Amino acid sequence: MDIKKLTVSSSPHLHSGDTVRQAMLLVLLALAPAALFAVYHFGWYVLAILLTGTISAVLAETALLRFMKKPLTIVLDGSAALTGLLLALNVPAGAPLWMVAIGAFMAIIIGKHVFGGLGYNPFNPALVGRAILVSSWPAHMMAWVGPGLISSATPLAMQRAGEAVPPYLDLFFGLKAGSLGEVSVFLLLLGGIFLICKRVIDWKIPAAYLATVALMTWVLPARGQIGFFAGDPLMHVLSGGLVLGAFFMATDWVTSPVTKLGRVVMGLGAGIITAVIRLYGGLPEGVTFAILIMNGLTPLIDRYTMGRRFGVR
Amino acid sequence: MRSLRVFSRGLVDENPVFRLLLGMCPTLAVSTAAINGLGMGLAAAAVLVASNILISLLRSVIPDKIRIPCYIVVIATFVTMVDLLMAAFVPDLHAVLGIFIPLIVVNCIVLQRAEAFASKNTVFMSAVDGIGMGLGFTVALMILASIREVIGSGTFFGISVLPLAFEPMKLMVSPPGAFISLGLIIGLINYLKNRREAERGA
Repeated sequence: MDIKKLTVSSSPHLHSGDTVRQAMLLVLLALAPAALFAVYHFGWYVLAILLTGTISAVLAETALLRFMKKPLTIVLDGSAALTGLLLALNVPAGAPLWMVAIGAFMAIIIGKHVFGGLGYNPFNPALVGRAILVSSWPAHMMAWVGPGLISSATPLAMQRAGEAVPPYLDLFFGLKAGSLGEVSVFLLLLGGIFLICKRVIDWKIPAAYLATVALMTWVLPARGQIGFFAGDPLMHVLSGGLVLGAFFMATDWVTSPVTKLGRVVMGLGAGIITAVIRLYGGLPEGVTFAILIMNGLTPLIDRYTMGRRFGVR
Repeated sequence: MRSLRVFSRGLVDENPVFRLLLGMCPTLAVSTAAINGLGMGLAAAAVLVASNILISLLRSVIPDKIRIPCYIVVIATFVTMVDLLMAAFVPDLHAVLGIFIPLIVVNCIVLQRAEAFASKNTVFMSAVDGIGMGLGFTVALMILASIREVIGSGTFFGISVLPLAFEPMKLMVSPPGAFISLGLIIGLINYLKNRREAERGA
């Protein structure tokens, strides 16, 4: 069977001429500035991490396609490379390369191919890989470093400990500690807006997600604090993996709702879970688990937000 | 030899963990270290053999309508004995396995063998079935627990087996690791089985 002649897609079936490959390349392009900034910000070792993640994911994809006797050309759709890059952007700058490679293998094997490959995975593969790494090697995954590779707490952890958080401009342009891809909110926003303009992603998920987190962190008092409407929403939006997650991971075509209302619900739900974890949870950051939980709820959201067919009661 | 077939069935074709997916609760919970798997497997096997024999002996006197409570009474008796014996002779292991020893009472493998086999077969065959199923459970638990212990803790029966540079993958000894490894093992077994059947058919 020649896969090039066969387009498998969910409804609607009017084809725009876009392909998975084009979309993946556009997302890779949108991520490139933030990734390059990470190399500039954290040093050349980061380039090794990014390459290891991407190459490992592509190798795992190739090996599995061969094992399952599927056409090897699928690897050229770029989805595995994107998964690997996203995973690599989700680790701290000092992450050991073997760990990044294992994370990429796990993302492709456990996150994607055990369910049947691209289009069938219920959870975002890159986040599955990250969750596996966080629960396997928490020490490596929490070893944050700031500018100049000095080990430093992330802004969210600083805020939780009652320390002074870097000024908003530093948070916005990336002068802070954090995982590789999350530091430069500015470049991530540029990439995200580029993808929205190119209609690769829908603005509803990131908009609902960011707005919910901002609103909740503004209104609700964090654990141990009293008084409403005293939070620091700008700090919460500019810190952690929120912008990276909202634009590049919660919007994954496969694992997010297809209906318009469903996408708002997805952003809302992820925002609520993220804010609750940040304000009251055991970890300072909750974007990974918020998106994974909402991924799990996606079929249900689609089911209840699906429009009524004309003429059907 | 029918008895040989009955015996091997529990080990391979109808392995309670990998083929029938029975007794998942203790399987997933205690398979964090090889010694736990061995202890849990042998405890369940002892109960299984003893309850199979007694239920088979009593099969003509147990009234059909209340057979399940009767099985439970018999099984609970043996579980209590195993529980107290383990508390007396292997207190450390008993402490680790904790609630999962008393819970053998409601282990589906034991009840299922009583209902499906011991209540309809001779004492000898029921004993053979109990040994086969019990060993099958033990072997399956050992395989799962060994994989999880080696990767998740870097040890095997508590002895360090991997080089110091190896950093244990903690996920494997946590609950998600149990589901992931069990799923992958069952997937591999199904794959091998399908391939063997396809080769036979071709």
